[in-house]
Amino acid sequence: MDNTRKEWLLNALMALALFGVPLWALMANEPFIITLATRIAILAIAAVGLNIALGLGGMVSFGHALYLGLGGYVAGIAAHHAFNGTPILAGIPGTNQMLVIWAIAMVLSGAIAAIVGALSLRTSGIFFIMITLAFAQMGFFFTLSWPAYGGEDGLPIFVRNQFPGLNTARPWDLFLISYGVLMVALVIFAMLRAARFGAALMAIRQNPDRAAAIGISPFGIKLVGFILSGMITGLAGAMMADLTRFVSPAMMAWTMSGELIVIIILGGVGRLFGPVAGAAILVGFEVFFGGLTEHWKLWLGLVLLAVVLFARGGLIGLIAGRAQNG
Amino acid sequence: MTLALFLEQMLNGVQFGLMLFLMSAGLTLVFGVMGLINLAHGSLYMIGAFLCAAIASATGNFWLGLAGGIAAAAAAGALIEVVVIRRLYARDHLDQVLATFALILILSEAMRLIFGPFPLYLNVPPVLRGTVNLGIVDYSLYRLALIGFGIAVAVGLWLLITKTRLGIRIRAGESDREMIAALGVNIRVLYTVVFALGAALAGLAGALVGAIQSVQVGMGEPVLILAFVVIVIGGIGSIKGAMVGALLVGVIDTMGRFLLPRVFATIFDASAAAGTGAALASMLIYLLMALVLIFRPKGLFPAHG
Repeated sequence: MDNTRKEWLLNALMALALFGVPLWALMANEPFIITLATRIAILAIAAVGLNIALGLGGMVSFGHALYLGLGGYVAGIAAHHAFNGTPILAGIPGTNQMLVIWAIAMVLSGAIAAIVGALSLRTSGIFFIMITLAFAQMGFFFTLSWPAYGGEDGLPIFVRNQFPGLNTARPWDLFLISYGVLMVALVIFAMLRAARFGAALMAIRQNPDRAAAIGISPFGIKLVGFILSGMITGLAGAMMADLTRFVSPAMMAWTMSGELIVIIILGGVGRLFGPVAGAAILVGFEVFFGGLTEHWKLWLGLVLLAVVLFARGGLIGLIAGRAQNG
Repeated sequence: MTLALFLEQMLNGVQFGLMLFLMSAGLTLVFGVMGLINLAHGSLYMIGAFLCAAIASATGNFWLGLAGGIAAAAAAGALIEVVVIRRLYARDHLDQVLATFALILILSEAMRLIFGPFPLYLNVPPVLRGTVNLGIVDYSLYRLALIGFGIAVAVGLWLLITKTRLGIRIRAGESDREMIAALGVNIRVLYTVVFALGAALAGLAGALVGAIQSVQVGMGEPVLILAFVVIVIGGIGSIKGAMVGALLVGVIDTMGRFLLPRVFATIFDASAAAGTGAALASMLIYLLMALVLIFRPKGLFPAHG
């Protein structure tokens, strides 16, 4: 069987497992497992976003926690005002409707990503890594010291936001929403990758000079990729806040940005299902080894080190071989 | 606001800046000579502080602890270089970031395994306790000593790099790696020595700062991020840039936190001012870094022309 078919089979298996395991948990009345699967799905959405910038465009953003946190705070602040019945700003009311919150989270994350991207893409290499980190740190310290929405204590969401036709208080319903959004995000990623836009983005990653020579403007294409990437990660942030019913500056911490990169590397950079595999490995690792030893991060570090040094394609690369145009 | 308070905050800023310089010097050397982004540099700072605190409390002697902390950090640095870092020089930045991120997880948990989950405390050595009168302000003797230490190490580092054979090799390594290897310099040993030197400086900073903060797992990461800000502002690979950047970051951060809430208090009412001022002050150095990168994308003192 060739590698492309192997990868598609693996993708189908993962999509099935991520649905089947929580379905079994629903029958067996194991809500904890459903919540874990929801967490995997939402982390995977965040990483799909980063995978557009990192995997397709080769932009090593070390600050994607900024968009995760922005989305989270949109959900938290909207729910806070909806709960209290107070306006956010001059007559604008809060809302507890997920769809509205998602739209705002994506627009806001996209706008901030446009600013950060426009400034950061003037640099490259280590400078790009550091300037994206700097913008995320600004967000982190801003939320940490801004007292209106909880500061370093964070902001609780007392009642989970609503989705039309479903009861979001039930773990299974929230899982269905997250799984659905993940599938849409994956379809968008696959379409982007197959489109002329994706080809241009990958061409720029592989050789910006040649891409420019055949008439592709690197800056514009990369900026659009970066904005799309931030929007999807922002959406995941809003969903994450609703899952944990809590937002705090920790969502914007630099370690969170690191974790998102780790997810992609564990799964496989630029692979369609890389984020899903990576999120499942990370959450699985945390639950399984976290239950065995409080020093599970030591083992995570060793595994990550081994993957970086010896298994550069991540899990999918290990099973399905090298990417065709990686 | 009195002049004395202002002066005290300025001195705090300079002291903070000099400690940042000790961290940044190693980071910028390692990037300049080997082209490596080392996120685990903060872990070496932590190792220096932990070993210093443990040895000082076991022997009752701060200076023994300090020597032990520096030696432990240098040894850990050399070991890490030989086992892991050496394999990363030819890799891209993404691999370097990830592998050294993994090292942070490993080293932090290792410290927690060895020293337990609670912070250690390190006392200021008896000869440096108390305050010293500087005319208009009584200033902490230990912090003043830290300023002296920082300047002495900076001068020593400058002499090492400009006047010694090792320094010539380091500078040659920064400008052309292949060439100095071709000239018969054992580049593998040079890399290990440079990495261990940077680690020793980080360990020194950790041990010195450990006496005015608590020594705990995770103490290295905030300093690491600041040291990155410093070297990006100063120009990666430049020791002079690291010095200027460290002092800028130290003074601007300290003075921003001190002045901004007071300035805002004259414009808005007190509670809003404190919040806004503090929020802005904590973002100030990142704003500075973004501005420097936008207008001088290679930093204030680019190392390679």
